[in-house]
Amino acid sequence: MAQVRVLVGTRKGAFVLTSDEARKNWQVDGPHFAGWEVYHLKGSPADPNRIYASQSSSWTGQVVQRSDDGGKTWNPVGNKFAYDGVPGTHQWYDGTPHPWEFKRVWHLEPSLTNPDEVLAGAEDAGLFHSTDGGQNWSELSGLRTHTTGSAWQPGAGGLCLHTILLDPTNPKRIVIAISAAGAFRTDDGGATWKPINRGLVSKYIPDPTAEVGHCVHHIAAHPGRPGTLFMQKHWDVMRSDDAGDNWHEVSGNLPTDFGFVIDVHAHEPETLYVVPIKSDSEHFVPDGKLRVFRSRTGGNDWEPLGKGLPDRDCYVNVLRDAMAVDKMDSCGVYFGTSGGQVYASADSGDNWNAIVRDLPPVLSVEVQTLA
Amino acid sequence: MTGTAIRVELPAHLRTLAKIAGHEVQVDVAEPSIRTVLDALEAAYPMLRGTIRDQVTLERRAYMRLFACQQDVSFDSVDAPLPDAVVRGAEPLIILGAVAGGS
Repeated sequence: MAQVRVLVGTRKGAFVLTSDEARKNWQVDGPHFAGWEVYHLKGSPADPNRIYASQSSSWTGQVVQRSDDGGKTWNPVGNKFAYDGVPGTHQWYDGTPHPWEFKRVWHLEPSLTNPDEVLAGAEDAGLFHSTDGGQNWSELSGLRTHTTGSAWQPGAGGLCLHTILLDPTNPKRIVIAISAAGAFRTDDGGATWKPINRGLVSKYIPDPTAEVGHCVHHIAAHPGRPGTLFMQKHWDVMRSDDAGDNWHEVSGNLPTDFGFVIDVHAHEPETLYVVPIKSDSEHFVPDGKLRVFRSRTGGNDWEPLGKGLPDRDCYVNVLRDAMAVDKMDSCGVYFGTSGGQVYASADSGDNWNAIVRDLPPVLSVEVQTLA
Repeated sequence: MTGTAIRVELPAHLRTLAKIAGHEVQVDVAEPSIRTVLDALEAAYPMLRGTIRDQVTLERRAYMRLFACQQDVSFDSVDAPLPDAVVRGAEPLIILGAVAGGS
């Protein structure tokens, strides 16, 4: 019988939630790494028992954990993230030069084919690569040393590389996103990169259509259509049909086009999910109602989904890596909140239930569909 | 054992990370100093590399503190001899997280 495993990173540890294909009864395991921030966990598509986790603390720094048994047991692997050469400076919030300093890993992206190969997106923005199961890391420094790198500025959460998309049809192509530098793409396996921000308009920066400097919050793509990208920017939901070369806005009738998460249905490449958030200062859902918005038309036309979600007195946020979909015939959609709830829908978003309600604030949600 | 056995007390998070039972470990060093004790500690428990001091610069992490004989030795030279009571084993070298807010 098929199983679903939901990997939840929180401010105070990691949790592994499992269910059978009905997705009604859940087993909750954790906290793993109790008391530590777990920004992200992700399983290897090539070996679902192989899971990588980013564990960090302001006191004791970055640790990477690896499980080889589906999250039951964990062992620390390598945590030496050294930028290539003399890293130089990027811009600080006030526009002055600021040294590049490693702070933490925001996102781990295992290879689609090799369980021992994994990418790590770091703050300050850098992309690191391991080919030995996380024991050793080397920087793909062509990204950070891009000619625009010294002009990159951090977003409110830091200068973080938070999104890594691998192309199932082209192993040399990787799309990444950095707050608040924007989106970048390599077509040569990470040696060289180019900004892919044409069409983004950010009214809060000096040049609203600049080559870099856009606060991209998250990017998602359907694995069967990797050239079509969907972006939740600080403001605006965007779409590209040429792997990021050109973007156009698809915010349409959303109540607010600010948000963090965006994801794509497992079987319907034109069905998208976002969670609109009230901003700039509040960063909680509008009107005290938690609503996922779904578009079945690739954007522009959006419908609110709220059956089973709070209708009142709800003031949570849903962070950029905290939504995922499973691959069951009836696609499951999952998201976690700053209030510690993890919600699941086993029917593409029509109906929702809370798997758990009282975890620490949720930083990330990933899903594994197990045969 | 070929050198001096130094007692090292670790904070709970690092004991859990290194799968250490109890509050203390002992490391054996030839010339006891903060540097040699941390070198020996990281050699015995490689998963602690980077958690107390930076792996590249070897600078103490900002929110980690070292105490010996009720004195904060965090800002002492890492090559200075440790207090006699620590060398004799009467007192541990204490590594702990700074009290810096919390959530």
